[in-house]
Amino acid sequence: MSEAREFKYIGQSTIRPDGFDKVTGRANYGADLSLPGMIWGKILRSPHAHAMIKRLDTSRAEAFPGVLAVATHSDFPSVTDQAIESGEGSLTLLDLARNVLAKDKVLYHGHAVVAIAAKTSAIAEQALALIDIEYEVLKPVMDVREAMAAGAPILHPDMFTQGLAEKPTTASNVATRLEYKMGDIEAGFKDAEVVVEREFYTPTAHQGYIEPHACTVRYEKDGQSMIWCSTQGHFDVRASTAKLLGLDLGKLKVIASEIGGGFGGKTTVYLEPVALILSRKSGRPVKMIMDRDEVFKATGPGSATRSWVKIGARKDGTITAMQGRLAYEAGAFKGSPVMMGCMTAFTPYAVSNMYIEGFDVVVNKAKVAAYRAPGAPQAEFAVEMLVNELAVKLGRDPIDLRLQNAAKEGTQTIYGPKFKRVGLVECLEAARDSKHYQQALAANQGRGVAAGFWFNVGGQSSVHINMNPDGTGTIVEGSPDIGGSRASMQMMAAEAMGIEPGRLKPIIGDTENVAFSAGTGGSRTTFATGMAVIEAAEDVVAQMKQRAASMWNVTAEQVEWVDGVALNTAGEDRLSLAEICAGADRTGGQISGRGNINARGAGPSFAVHLCDVEVDKETGKVDVVRYTAVQDAGKAIHPKYVEGQYQGGAVQGIGWALNEEYIYGADGLLENAGFLDYRIPVASDLPMIDAIIVEVPNKFHPYGVRGVGESGIIPPLAAVGYAVENAIGVPVTDLPLSPPRVFNLIQGKG
Amino acid sequence: MAVVDYNAPQSVQEAVALLSGSDIKTKVMAGGTDLIIQSKSQAVEPLRVVDLKHIAEMMSYSLDDGGLSLGPCMCCAEFTALHDVETLYPGLVEAAYLIGSTQVQGRASIGGNLCNSSPAADTIPALIAIGAKCRIVGAGGERTVAVEDFVTGVGRNCMQSGELLQRILVARPAPGSRDAYLRFIPRTEMDIAVAGAGISVTLDSQGVCTAARVAIGAVAQTALLVASAADALIGTQLDDASVAKAAAAASAAASPITDRRGTIEFRRHIVGVLVKRATLIAKERAQASL
Ligand SMILES: Cc1cc2nc3c(=O)[nH]c(=O)nc-3n(C[C@H](O)[C@H](O)[C@H](O)COP(=O)(O)OP(=O)(O)OC[C@H]3O[C@@H](n4cnc5c(N)ncnc54)[C@H](O)[C@@H]3O)c2cc1C
Repeated sequence: MSEAREFKYIGQSTIRPDGFDKVTGRANYGADLSLPGMIWGKILRSPHAHAMIKRLDTSRAEAFPGVLAVATHSDFPSVTDQAIESGEGSLTLLDLARNVLAKDKVLYHGHAVVAIAAKTSAIAEQALALIDIEYEVLKPVMDVREAMAAGAPILHPDMFTQGLAEKPTTASNVATRLEYKMGDIEAGFKDAEVVVEREFYTPTAHQGYIEPHACTVRYEKDGQSMIWCSTQGHFDVRASTAKLLGLDLGKLKVIASEIGGGFGGKTTVYLEPVALILSRKSGRPVKMIMDRDEVFKATGPGSATRSWVKIGARKDGTITAMQGRLAYEAGAFKGSPVMMGCMTAFTPYAVSNMYIEGFDVVVNKAKVAAYRAPGAPQAEFAVEMLVNELAVKLGRDPIDLRLQNAAKEGTQTIYGPKFKRVGLVECLEAARDSKHYQQALAANQGRGVAAGFWFNVGGQSSVHINMNPDGTGTIVEGSPDIGGSRASMQMMAAEAMGIEPGRLKPIIGDTENVAFSAGTGGSRTTFATGMAVIEAAEDVVAQMKQRAASMWNVTAEQVEWVDGVALNTAGEDRLSLAEICAGADRTGGQISGRGNINARGAGPSFAVHLCDVEVDKETGKVDVVRYTAVQDAGKAIHPKYVEGQYQGGAVQGIGWALNEEYIYGADGLLENAGFLDYRIPVASDLPMIDAIIVEVPNKFHPYGVRGVGESGIIPPLAAVGYAVENAIGVPVTDLPLSPPRVFNLIQGKG
Repeated sequence: MAVVDYNAPQSVQEAVALLSGSDIKTKVMAGGTDLIIQSKSQAVEPLRVVDLKHIAEMMSYSLDDGGLSLGPCMCCAEFTALHDVETLYPGLVEAAYLIGSTQVQGRASIGGNLCNSSPAADTIPALIAIGAKCRIVGAGGERTVAVEDFVTGVGRNCMQSGELLQRILVARPAPGSRDAYLRFIPRTEMDIAVAGAGISVTLDSQGVCTAARVAIGAVAQTALLVASAADALIGTQLDDASVAKAAAAASAAASPITDRRGTIEFRRHIVGVLVKRATLIAKERAQASL
């Protein structure tokens, strides 16, 4: 694409098509569908972090008046050990089945054991108390250090570490060991004149979406089933649920409701297969809604991690070696995003010698799910803290040092490809030149700079655009809209067709009325589904030209399309899109365009954040006083929503850095399963987050788009962490930087 | 919860009668911001509710030479907008203003905060600091109890079943006498105090402190009136050294627990910091009132 391209609609901030429904309360979310004859499902959850189920007897509950179905793990037809599609996370079918309803053993506080459907939720709740269950409580394993220690209690006796040189003979809590390398790490450190190294810890953090998981399902006697749920990928819900229940894809329709946040946490299933079993057993539609407590205990979180990183540089600032060792908690089943941590950690830097190893470790916590740039924030926290320390040791400005070592076009990545054009340098320059960076700090204040890298993905997307006889149309896409993507789809189609965005209504089709589309994750929707939308819109335009040509008796090549109007280059005729649509019945029937793609060429998005904090040294309380998020969007289709993504990512990262953490007792029980003691930032906690959009176009997208949804959560951990370090003059290693921890650091009791 | 019987009496007499007339567990309700949440967690026990919000006197206030007489069910949003009250009792108003959020304050009341008797309740130390009293009424008649004696334990107070809180009474502060309240939370709102401190001081025309009350919250089973901290202030100019002494006395008097919101050491330390800072705010206000 040419960089100087002029756009008619793209780059404006139009009103979102879903806005009216949302602000008037009319939009329907996961819990909002009710069906005739519907009953309510509830789940009995484990009161222990780690225990064998010695005895399970549901007969008293089944006999309770009003109870219509009871489900346990034994209701899954024998599932096999195969990988399944689940967005950015990874889980085998066996593990998924054992996660949604425990088999023989409970592996975390809140692990689902039995589901009951009854006429009312109160009856279901009462019946849960009638389930007779005996546990043999086992010692829980709550941290990678414990889990990796010799003699640790083993969660899965059949799990042997993969990726070791020699095949192990004893079971381990380490599911996988992996490594990435480039150059000669030892030579790199030999070449170094300054070396920094440190160990870091990041806590378990939840995505914190406001809408709890919810679904309404109906299993019909003829085998035709329906699921209505809040999800980031309804095709993935269909795939997992169909496999768990042994259904053909064609018999299971999944409808994505409006979604009140997901951040990766709604790329897998928890309730849906269980509800469908209850529906199959009871012959009734079943609704299930999680309480907030269940959401915290049994869904989401992002991995807690322990990492060690070492960086060497020459006195002139050239980084010669970067080494790391990352251990990520997977939760109860294997599949943490440690691989992504390893792939992203050093990637903002063009350094010849790199070595990183990763460990995927199971612990007695909820199975982790994707969380916005899964795996990257934790790894980059360690790396960026140290790059800031390195800048101090070298007497260099931290942005300047990063510019000297920044990855750019042609830089070899540790995970394989060489970068095409990327915008890290431009982001660093924009941060350096910002007003924020020029502003002096006041007493008790500190500043942190951090960069972040995320790949972004493409993948399959399907779109069709149905034109109406009056020249309006419907864009049917298959990517649930979490961050305002319908507005962007509308704008991209309008741009390609040359008509006002408002004439096209974007909707999310269900799994039957649009072809397979990968879920909304990996920052892929505006890029990949956007490309499918453009393709469908261009298909519409091509057909418009043909119809006009047939009316004028010329060839389609003789028709030009300008601003939504067909022009006859062989004469004076013109026909608007609306006129062609109105006459479609006479030129071959109604017009619809199609775009079914497997998008390649996703463009990485780099981000650079600046954070100023003020620390109350008497209490350890940290206030973020100024914050700027700079990020490369490639091309901002809808700048306001791009800013929203930057700000949202920054806020989640600030929360993770300052107060968010799962707090467990010695017994492995979660003590803060609610928003009161799991402290995400509230609006009054934060200053306005300044967003700076950098646009270095991605040449593989017709309009230059790079995904923007995830990179923004990567830099804040170190931007905040280092700002605190800078303000108190004491090294920071562990998050969150809650008041007691910061106070202890100041007191020298860190 | 299963509310099986909801009542909205129009008078205190009617309310008192309802309180003693049933076998089912009966609860008085003001704003319900504690009650409703608590009864949700007590799964299915039947509950009878006596809603006091329809009794005019429970929702009103008066302020005259005798001081403040507050209907305990007035919601915080209304209370914190009373400028005449704020002028005289700025600390109590700021405590009420800290409860929850704008939405919560539309319902939550000071009486509810007091009767819920949580160790972390924000208005309790503020009420103790200004010497507030509770007028309690029941079938057996009326009695008046100081706030520091009203709360007896975690979630417990001296009211007998069949009694309710009818009025909160506070003497009018003299010129030179003002209060302040501070709490510590990790965020800026929507949180529960890790520690809290309510202070009132009286200054004479020379700036000497002639009377003081220091109350601390969230650092013991109940809010505490700390006489030793007040003693450290009385007779001084509220200079740094005496304020530091008061802070140390408050830290020493605290007997906090370690839980997910803070450790013993951290809470002890923080409550001292709050006492120091709140004292300085109260001092400034007292000077301005002279
Ligand atoms: C989101 C949220 C945030 C909150 N934040 C805070 C906070 O920051 N600080 C804080 O201190 N609290 C906080 N609370 C707790 C609560 O809002 C306060 O304690 C509030 O003041 C309670 O008032 P209410 O009128 O709603 O009481 P209710 O819930 O109606 O009553 C509370 C208790 O007092 C009893 N009661 C009420 N009135 C009387 C009466 N006149 N006589 C006898 N008994 C009575 C009730 O029976 C009940 O046991 C918060 C609550 C929520 C939901």
